[in-house]
Amino acid sequence: MAHYLLIESRDPFESNDVLYYYDLARDLVAAGNGVTLFLVQNGVMPARPSARSATLSELARSGVEVLADDFSLEERGISKLAEGIVASPIDVVVDHLAAGHKTLWH
Amino acid sequence: MSKTTLTIALMDPPYESENLTTAFRILDVAARRGYDLNVFAYEGAAGLAFARQAPHPNPVHGKNLAEENHPTTKDQVAALLAETERHGGKLDWVNCGMCVDERGVSEFVPGTRRGSPADLHAFTEASDNILVIPTK
Repeated sequence: MAHYLLIESRDPFESNDVLYYYDLARDLVAAGNGVTLFLVQNGVMPARPSARSATLSELARSGVEVLADDFSLEERGISKLAEGIVASPIDVVVDHLAAGHKTLWH
Repeated sequence: MSKTTLTIALMDPPYESENLTTAFRILDVAARRGYDLNVFAYEGAAGLAFARQAPHPNPVHGKNLAEENHPTTKDQVAALLAETERHGGKLDWVNCGMCVDERGVSEFVPGTRRGSPADLHAFTEASDNILVIPTK
């Protein structure tokens, strides 16, 4: 089983591409891989309970580890997170890189 | 046990994208762990280490040079070089030569160098992992 780190820096309210990236995370898990979705920069906007957060909560329920960069959250004044999303320091990116996990940035 | 080596490719120009803030945060964490780091700065990122960047005051906000404390990416690159060395790692920062020439930013901060996509290939071959951060 491979493990993937998918880094999402874009806001789904601004870019529809983001939804394809969520699909990629879902499909990789369905194919038997481990997937961490790390939200950073404006990518954390749907981490607050909102019209777009249900998709992230659903991803979490499907087995994707959904993390949101704590610095990006703080910058944007987001303290309440939708179900299944966990705040995380950016160190986790380095953890995955050092572990040799396949890492993509969007 | 061999040392961890990571490569990050940067593409964004200075002072325009939050991508670079995030990239420097990632690099800082890795530097503090003592990892060896390679950075391939291409396209607009070739200007990150340009030595003639200068901080400026902000008269609109009534701040002098010291009060504005304007960060420059060349200083951030220099700080990263120092941080990596302080923790026992090495940072090989390569500025894409063609990108540098196009932009006229050939004066680099000490410790960085001119290179080519061949360096990125070599970095990739020699690294435990690579992260490419593209422009939006």
